[in-house]
Amino acid sequence: MTMSCLTRRGFLKTSGVLLVAFGTGGGVAGRAAGQSAGTVDRFLGKTVATDAVDGFLAIHADGSVTLFSGKVDLGTGARAALRQMAAEELDVAIERITMIEGDTALTPDQGSTAGSAGISQGGVQIRRAAATARQALLRLAADRLGRPAAELEVIDGVVRPKDGGTGVSYGTLVGDRHLDLAVSANAPLKDPNTYRLVGKPIPRPDVPAKVTGRHVFVHDFRLPGMLHGRVIRPPAVGAKLASVDASSVASIPGARVVRIGGFLGVLAQREWHAVRAARLLRATWSPAANLPDQAKLFDVVRATRVARDETLAQRGELSGLTSALAGGGRTLTATYRWPIQTHGSIGPSCAVADVRPDRATIWTASQSTHRFQPAFARILGLPPDRVRLIYLDGAGCYGMNGHEDAACDAALLSKAVRRPVRVQWSRQDEHGWDPKGPPQLLELRAALSDSGEVIAWAAQAWAPEATEGLPNIPLLAPDEAGIPQQPGRSSGAISQNIAPPYGFPNVRAVVHWLAETPLRPSSIRSPGKPANVFAAESFVDEMAALVRADPVEFRLRHLADPRGIEVIRRAAARMRWDPRPSPRRINPLAPILVGRGLAYVHYKNNENYIAIGMEVEVERRSGRIQVTRVVCAHDCGLMINPNCVQSQIEGCILQTLSRALHEEVTFDRARVTSVDWSSYPILTFPEVPPIDVELIQRLDQPPVGAGEASSAPVPAALANAVFDATGVRFRTVPLRPDRVKAGLQGRPA
Amino acid sequence: MTRLMLSVNGTARAIEIADPDEPLLYVLRNDLRLTGVKFGCGLAQCGACTVLVAGQPARSCVLPARAAAGQDVTTVEGLGSPERPDPVQAAFIAEEAAQCGYCTAGMVMTAKALLSQIPHPTAHQIRGALAGNLCRCGSHPRVIRAILRAAAAPAGGR
Repeated sequence: MTMSCLTRRGFLKTSGVLLVAFGTGGGVAGRAAGQSAGTVDRFLGKTVATDAVDGFLAIHADGSVTLFSGKVDLGTGARAALRQMAAEELDVAIERITMIEGDTALTPDQGSTAGSAGISQGGVQIRRAAATARQALLRLAADRLGRPAAELEVIDGVVRPKDGGTGVSYGTLVGDRHLDLAVSANAPLKDPNTYRLVGKPIPRPDVPAKVTGRHVFVHDFRLPGMLHGRVIRPPAVGAKLASVDASSVASIPGARVVRIGGFLGVLAQREWHAVRAARLLRATWSPAANLPDQAKLFDVVRATRVARDETLAQRGELSGLTSALAGGGRTLTATYRWPIQTHGSIGPSCAVADVRPDRATIWTASQSTHRFQPAFARILGLPPDRVRLIYLDGAGCYGMNGHEDAACDAALLSKAVRRPVRVQWSRQDEHGWDPKGPPQLLELRAALSDSGEVIAWAAQAWAPEATEGLPNIPLLAPDEAGIPQQPGRSSGAISQNIAPPYGFPNVRAVVHWLAETPLRPSSIRSPGKPANVFAAESFVDEMAALVRADPVEFRLRHLADPRGIEVIRRAAARMRWDPRPSPRRINPLAPILVGRGLAYVHYKNNENYIAIGMEVEVERRSGRIQVTRVVCAHDCGLMINPNCVQSQIEGCILQTLSRALHEEVTFDRARVTSVDWSSYPILTFPEVPPIDVELIQRLDQPPVGAGEASSAPVPAALANAVFDATGVRFRTVPLRPDRVKAGLQGRPA
Repeated sequence: MTRLMLSVNGTARAIEIADPDEPLLYVLRNDLRLTGVKFGCGLAQCGACTVLVAGQPARSCVLPARAAAGQDVTTVEGLGSPERPDPVQAAFIAEEAAQCGYCTAGMVMTAKALLSQIPHPTAHQIRGALAGNLCRCGSHPRVIRAILRAAAAPAGGR
């Protein structure tokens, strides 16, 4: 169905289910919080088609609007920004729009909320649906008012003649009926220069409830008759359950033990009793030692079987590099290492499941409710349309953490005991068993001309291959319970930004896709890119140092893209960048070494332009790094909500600084050993530097995401600043004090 | 069963628990439905579970409920509501000092305790006071700004 065949009759045709409005009073905060089934079940039966306006929008008789979004708000501000985009195109006040997120029964499948595509893909879809609706409403009003659409305007949901006179409201025109309209790619969009809402720092609706403890996280969601469950994971990766002694928890009131194959859980009415039962339950497991020697991790990575090579970029020819190498010209080779890291959610993963014989409802903080619907259907032995996953906020996940595993734990336990079950992981479960960001190894080579130009650049990376056609990352519980699921792995788009963003004449970038990787991988914020840009942008600085060039000038020498040049110039200006080669002249007696560095990314080579500058102090005696200032110039095209963009940039910078300074998953041959915040420390308040962000608004460009891109240049900016301060190049993350101290003393770092 | 008399957010509450060592966190969240307090680690390492006991910040994930009996317990809900936030909460809202928001209540409670002791802290003092509160989203700069704002407000958050 297209817009051109729209008739008034067709437009108002209902498809049997009358949508019922709920009022707009009381603000959005409570509703953003309370996405429980009870308040939204009135919409059941609506279409969730991504090509139907009704999939995304319902206009109610009172003029309020419900927005159905497959993309969810992970604390990013999407709850504000997506409503801004819809309100802008619809021409209604933003307060009129209520948003329902990530409910497989109600929202269109817009794909996982991942890759920072909530706005650039999800928001753009919603914007198109809203523009289609507005165009149709305008025609309908023209019909009703007897005036050509061109003579009408819309002000807060009321269509009226531009020259005055009586208008008609959206609510009157539609009044809870379905629109029955295909989303039109041709529906006219607002001229960005006329935006009233987009580009404004509209407050996030969920913040007041979060700050006052009223926000309902999935951790806080309760159902009548619900039991608390905990799952006992094996003491070693791959260990099999041999026996269980249920009498060991007999003293705990109401404690029940559930065993499904090797899947072992406990349940109790009282949460603390479930926690205690999980601790006390005696079980025996087969021995297992399936993990490599951590001290040799990168040797293992390099020796892992390569499933295939992929050429990411090939330009010119590399004979320059070969001949320069052979002729002893100015060449450089360096190897960079990125450790295994965890998501580190502050709240361990949690879910509530209510599995009945003929249907299941699962409340989860998953970024991918739609994607996991068929997986849960298979696992539970139900048809997909009888399984409903409903998103509720969790603790920030930054990629696939344990949310989906906890949901599967709850679902299996609920099915077993025929009661609703809530499972919350322990801290040790989360750190030990959430899927991890995989280790990455990169080797770079370059040749330079006598005049200091890069002639050739060759990068090769070792990273785990994503399994083709994998429907979802395998979950823990089905493997333990012996329920079949498709094996495989995925770590997100981890090969992006291995190819450099500069106009070097001869470039070759190859990724060696590895057949396996230790520990189950998944995407972790800005998958792969912090490591890839750490290598590329450290290496650029290494070349600049080799030819005694200023690192900023050296970058600009090789860059033609004006948006790239602009962010580098702006960041450098904001830092009051002093042009000179790195390292600075180092006083051998100074106890504190001071330096500055910069790194640049053209994110995914086709999205954001970002430059990050950093100033550091390195304590010679301890090797401790204090970052004293971070500057960021950020161009993400059209910014929907600059305050949310700023917040995301601050988050990207601090989280990635934490990863670069501190974070490394440790393990022995059996299991992960960094299972709490003392064995896996993260950045703390005293380490937080002042952050100075310059946002560039580009009304003429499409919006791209801001939720992860500024993570990518952080580690290189840090390492470059440390090199400037100390003259020592650190090529392995994290830059922990012991490693830095060793480097400063001339030992292997 | 052990019967405990708690005073939470100014209201006397009688609770019966089987295990006298049950942490206060579970009683607050499950018996009293004060779910603003969050389980983060169970190890007193992250601060998400911070409440005030007799005005002092306490880690409710490791504090036995019985240890709080007879003392005034304040949770984030006891400070204010979305409609009538406490000055510290109002400052957090004004600065949008929360992303996912899971650690936020613990931050608010720690800030409350700080401002009751040091009404006009420096940014350095704020960083030090919050050293035991972890945030993964990177809301730190806004939290610091919010506490400075609360300290500067007429009511001072005191």
